[in-house]
Amino acid sequence: MSAREPQERVSLQAQPLATPGIGAGFWATLRRDVLIAFRHRGEMANPIMFLLMVITMVPLGISPESAVLANLAPGMIWVVALLATLLSLDGLFRSDFEDGSLEQLLMSPQPLYFQVLAKVLVHWLVTGLPLTVMAPILGVMLSLPSAGYGPLMASLLLGTGCLSLIGAIGAALTVALRKGGILISLIIMPLYVPVLIFGASAVTSAIDGFPMSGQLAVLGAFLALSVILAPLAAAGALRISVNG
Amino acid sequence: MAWQWFHRLGSPRWFFEKTNAWIPWLAAISISLLIVGAVWGLAFAPADMKQGNSYRIIYIHVPASFLALAGYYTMAISGAIGLIWKMKLADMVMKSAAPIGAVLTFVALITGAVWGKPTWGTWWVWDARITSMLVLFFLYLGVIALQEAYQNQDTANKASAILALVGTVNIPIIYKSVDWWYTLHQPATIKFTSESTIHPTMLYPLLVMVVGFYVFYALVLLMRTRTEILSREKKTRWVQELAVKT
Repeated sequence: MSAREPQERVSLQAQPLATPGIGAGFWATLRRDVLIAFRHRGEMANPIMFLLMVITMVPLGISPESAVLANLAPGMIWVVALLATLLSLDGLFRSDFEDGSLEQLLMSPQPLYFQVLAKVLVHWLVTGLPLTVMAPILGVMLSLPSAGYGPLMASLLLGTGCLSLIGAIGAALTVALRKGGILISLIIMPLYVPVLIFGASAVTSAIDGFPMSGQLAVLGAFLALSVILAPLAAAGALRISVNG
Repeated sequence: MAWQWFHRLGSPRWFFEKTNAWIPWLAAISISLLIVGAVWGLAFAPADMKQGNSYRIIYIHVPASFLALAGYYTMAISGAIGLIWKMKLADMVMKSAAPIGAVLTFVALITGAVWGKPTWGTWWVWDARITSMLVLFFLYLGVIALQEAYQNQDTANKASAILALVGTVNIPIIYKSVDWWYTLHQPATIKFTSESTIHPTMLYPLLVMVVGFYVFYALVLLMRTRTEILSREKKTRWVQELAVKT
């Protein structure tokens, strides 16, 4: 962004009152975060590798029998996806906080809600979406019954969005703390209970031959609710933890 | 005039001096209610037809469970007041309420486990209410952990107030989801006694205990808040004068 700074300064001098609108601010944050994420491709792969390794531990620790694994698979994949999201959350605001760009974000004229929403969206794009795409491979590793693949991906698609959004509140509350990592898990995990219940249950009922539209509808409702409320709470939390 | 008391609450000193006289009254009322309720419930209430004497643990379990939830709302509402009106006293109440609520939730869980052993034959069952209580306990622990993590007291208060409010939005959702989850997985071996058919001779001591627990909660909350006031205002003159006087 620093390369563009002189240009912006010139345009500000020409039109002192013109500030970029909400949409422009949203896109700028989105583009910047996507760019940063792509420049650290190694970090992007970390949650996925974590997921793969934990899933590998399950047969080693419990039993390689496919009947046992198939029983565990939906819940296990969901729990591990939840843990992978939790582990990646600590970095959501931290590097911005450390280099000071978070304060610039707080001072920007655009509403903080949309800035936070953009950052969370990028977090979801680099963790939630890859997790969803990876899910079938994990399903194969845990011999998930074939009826479960579609529902697993559908529930993860909706559910990981909720996980990123709710987790942003925890990341915002702990951004100023040096050891925020485990604290995020402590304060956020209880809030993940409903998402986990409905996400895993959608897969199980689809495997058992029952309709899963109810569970997916509830997950969609959770997503709608957290899109509205979670960035607000995270924005308030950011103002508190950065200024405090 | 009508709102004067509310503005006065902005002064921790006014609150401290005002509540000085309440402590002995609250202590006397809560202790007598708890003694009357406990003796009545444990010794004089009739034994249950199916469960025998083991049901008597409800005289601890039910009031503790009530207050576990009420305590969370007390904490969250005072946190919201602290955030909105920037009232120092509300922050102190919130900080004091968190450990009390956590302990009460823990008591409810433990007494539930102890009751479960003779009734269901096992210490722990993944029952909807027990699971919700456990999640509530985790929510309390999160608020306490966040409160402890910050060096700056003001930031700690605001951050944990936000967390408590987020939890408040989530509590009904968590309760409903756990309830739904439980009806899906309900094991057939466990039968619950229906609760609506509690006999009045058993109910009255329970009501006494519930009221006693509420007053006791108010007493402990007040005492903890007063300690918090003293420790945060220890640099002011009125606290130093108070310390010299006593």
